[in-house]
Amino acid sequence: MATQPLNKEFYRQLGELQAVDFVLVELTLYLDTHPDDQKAIAQFNQFQQRKANLMRQFEAAFGPLQEYGNSPTGQRWSWSEAPWPWQV
Amino acid sequence: MDRQWRPYDAYHSPLDPCPPRPKAYIVPPNQMMVTQSPGMKQYAPFDALKHGTLWPDLYSPYDPPTRGGR
Amino acid sequence: MWIYEKKLQYPVKVSKCDPKLAKFLIEQYGGADGELAAALRYLNQRYTIPDKVIGLLTDIGTEEFAHLEMIATMVYKLTKDASVEQLKAAGFEGHFADHDRALFYHNAAGNPFTVTYIQAKGDPIADLYEDIAAEEKARATYQWLIDMTDDVDIQDSLKFLREREVIHSLRFREAVEMLKEYQEQKKVF
Repeated sequence: MATQPLNKEFYRQLGELQAVDFVLVELTLYLDTHPDDQKAIAQFNQFQQRKANLMRQFEAAFGPLQEYGNSPTGQRWSWSEAPWPWQV
Repeated sequence: MDRQWRPYDAYHSPLDPCPPRPKAYIVPPNQMMVTQSPGMKQYAPFDALKHGTLWPDLYSPYDPPTRGGR
Repeated sequence: MWIYEKKLQYPVKVSKCDPKLAKFLIEQYGGADGELAAALRYLNQRYTIPDKVIGLLTDIGTEEFAHLEMIATMVYKLTKDASVEQLKAAGFEGHFADHDRALFYHNAAGNPFTVTYIQAKGDPIADLYEDIAAEEKARATYQWLIDMTDDVDIQDSLKFLREREVIHSLRFREAVEMLKEYQEQKKVF
């Protein structure tokens, strides 16, 4: 299926999500070796909320980010549609 | 030269075919700590992504043409 | 199980149509210190390491797959629209003869990936030291790749990947410290 080129808004929202997700990756690895750092746990939870909001926004506009029922499908099945991450 | 770089020289023989090349290796900041202390200063999310780490004290710049200014 | 997320960990932009780069970037796809080797090494070691560091091996091993996808993206973008003539000029003909433009797990010299690149010794200290060494070797590989690349956008993504090796190495060394602790903290339920 030929897909329309993605607009600026796609890249903007994706970039925001990548930034917030990256903080969560860093805090995850940090907490794996510093499980008692309460401040880091509080920061993790705060960013987890931000991630959830950003994901909801992104998925409403551009379709599901995760497979197997971890993201809502919307009205039609767009999960299997291009573009895939290496194509954008 | 950037503080993470260590220049060194290798013996240069008068019989060597090429002129000596400046040599240096990098020691990233992860080598300067055994474990990360809690509460280290952080980058804002976009800067963290850009640098590849959340913590400025763990950032290791690598700029190829200069290889640490040499 | 694993859940796929339909996005890259970090943006990959390729600004020059220069298939020459693909030939050596593939080192980090199917090479000895590449992302595939890293992911397989860490995830496999999880089964025989003390519980308190399994989480770290799982999380770093999973992140390595995100890095593998970034390298794949670079190679894909550099080769997908290259003509046969361009690929030949780039020294990619050996790859092309066997794989066309398909990605394949081999290193920059064309040697196919082999599991002998990785080890699982069953000794937690030995395994973690292998992991630390692997991260430093991958960091070095990224340095040589950055040295050979003149596309600033690819350099940008490679610098991100290089910095991740710096962080992973520190985390593995912290894991060694956790295992050195004498008192095994038993959780009481």
